[in-house]
Amino acid sequence: MNTLATLAPRRFRPGFWTAVFVVLFLAFCAVTVIRYTKGLGAVTNLSDQFPWGLWIGFDLLCGVGLAAGAFTLTAVVHLFNLHRFEPIVRPTILTGFLGYAFVIVALLLDLGQPWRIWHAIIYWNTHSVMFEVAWCVMLYTTVLAVEFAPVVLEYFGFHTPAKLIHQLITPLVILGVLLSTLHQSSLGSLYLIVPSKLHPLWYSPMLPLHFYISAIGAGIGMIVLESYLSKRAFHRHLEMDLLEPLARGMVVALGIYGLMRLQGIARNHAFGTIFNLSYEGRMFLLEFTLGVVLPVVLMSFRRLRTNPDWLVGSAFLAVLGFVMNRLNVSITGMEAASGTRYLPSAMEITVSLGLVAIGMAVFAFAVRTFSVFPEGPVAERPKEPAIGA
Amino acid sequence: MGMGLLFDATRCIGCGACSSACKEQNKLPGKVEEVLTAYTWTTVQEREGLNVRRLCMHCEVPTCASVCPVGALKKTPEGPVVYDAERCMGCRYCMMACPFEIPKYQWDRPVPVVGKCIMCAGRIKEGQPTACAAACPAEATIFGKKEDLIWEARTRIRQKPGAYVDHIYGLTEAGGTSVLMISNVPFEKLGLKSNLPGEPPAMKTWQVLSNIPDFVAVWAVFLYGVHWITARREEVAKATANGHGRNGQGNEREDRS
Repeated sequence: MNTLATLAPRRFRPGFWTAVFVVLFLAFCAVTVIRYTKGLGAVTNLSDQFPWGLWIGFDLLCGVGLAAGAFTLTAVVHLFNLHRFEPIVRPTILTGFLGYAFVIVALLLDLGQPWRIWHAIIYWNTHSVMFEVAWCVMLYTTVLAVEFAPVVLEYFGFHTPAKLIHQLITPLVILGVLLSTLHQSSLGSLYLIVPSKLHPLWYSPMLPLHFYISAIGAGIGMIVLESYLSKRAFHRHLEMDLLEPLARGMVVALGIYGLMRLQGIARNHAFGTIFNLSYEGRMFLLEFTLGVVLPVVLMSFRRLRTNPDWLVGSAFLAVLGFVMNRLNVSITGMEAASGTRYLPSAMEITVSLGLVAIGMAVFAFAVRTFSVFPEGPVAERPKEPAIGA
Repeated sequence: MGMGLLFDATRCIGCGACSSACKEQNKLPGKVEEVLTAYTWTTVQEREGLNVRRLCMHCEVPTCASVCPVGALKKTPEGPVVYDAERCMGCRYCMMACPFEIPKYQWDRPVPVVGKCIMCAGRIKEGQPTACAAACPAEATIFGKKEDLIWEARTRIRQKPGAYVDHIYGLTEAGGTSVLMISNVPFEKLGLKSNLPGEPPAMKTWQVLSNIPDFVAVWAVFLYGVHWITARREEVAKATANGHGRNGQGNEREDRS
């Protein structure tokens, strides 16, 4: 009895998530059709006063940022030669690649004329941060694809090209770190040009550095979260011996970032706008305490770091705080100057959720098919734990 | 220095001839709207009992041109900031970045482009004034060489002390613009931005972008150096672990190589 009762809901789980995926995917397709036939105005709440919304704030800024685990971890393994982290490199690169693919699909929806996305290749303007962003997206997506290629090549039995990539791994990783450094920071540089529009709680001449360092912190958080989700979905174990030292790295990155943020606010004399609890002040407090202070404090204790629940919880907070920061920079902090309020439309949210769902589905497909995890492709159906046996 | 426009808010009678002429000249559909849109490139707004024109200021160092990834926006030597719709991919960074909030988008079209005043660049090339200046019955908007316009504005302010705010809007704002405005009411009360830096915003990003080549070189060497040191250390550690038979000298030599 007991066994059956615990098994029944467990068997239902994959079915439930598949249904969620199908619904989101169909809704995503429907919105896409309307967007391309009726224009951006028909599906988004964007306007002349507020030309960048959720698709830039979440899909682009967060998609790129949360892929930062890939360059951090490849640098740790291949440049710092800490090979014990090798087992989690492949899933992290896969997450990074899917993050970038997510960004490109989002751009194809957000750009007014996406069929001209390649124009950045032939028309150059080196004074434009967006030009730098465009090239970084193109080049780093390629690097991630090449870094992940051996996994696919081995599957199809092409061992020679896989070996060749393996031999070129050092220059490849250096290129990846260079491009990531440029790309993560350039997303912050995008906002350097609006000193009169972005709220002083977020504007700083150091924005590129803020974006870079917070991406490292959140990228590590994402590695932990991804390990946890894989554990839940595919009944793997949590690599605590690897994740615990990574959490220490997260504390350092988020700590430096937190201090820089406070210094930036001091420089703008903007502490007053926090403590008068203005709209921006409240959003900042939420972002900073949940996403920076709390994970740094919690993960400073060894006892909490070695506890899977606290570790995963803190990683979740770091990622959440990161997402809130990017949305605050791109939306909250820009609202006052625009003279309008922006709330994403249901269709904008549908697209973002749909893309996340597609990303997770592709991840699940990849780890079932290829040797992403060290133990090889995970089982087709999650094995039932032997409860009551 | 190129050509420019001088708008005198004390002279404008609010007839809207400029906006209508603009629509006709640029073949823009629909009626003149109260605010700027992709189809209304200039409009007259009533503020503080005055009539104020809204239009692209045509910056000397345009923020829009600096941020455009494909170079669709350009400052011409004659003064206008022009837009090449064929290049534009619709990232809308120009709208985000413009300190005067001028570029607008065709949100209602499946193949949208940006709309903004181009100071009748074609007419200027042929030696004609802009359509708006030609249409103005009150000489509130006049067209001419920018240096002549500055001289004219200064003269008007000097000749009638107290009749004008002692400032030419556009002389320094965002690094200076080809469109200049004078008024007897402070400009921020007319809905014009008064918190703009005297330095073109484009300089802020250029300070970062211009350092990229140096940064890439240094960072690449550093990263390779880290790899080299850690790989070497690993090799030495392996050799030391295996090399019980070797003498100390051999190990030292390896350490240095």
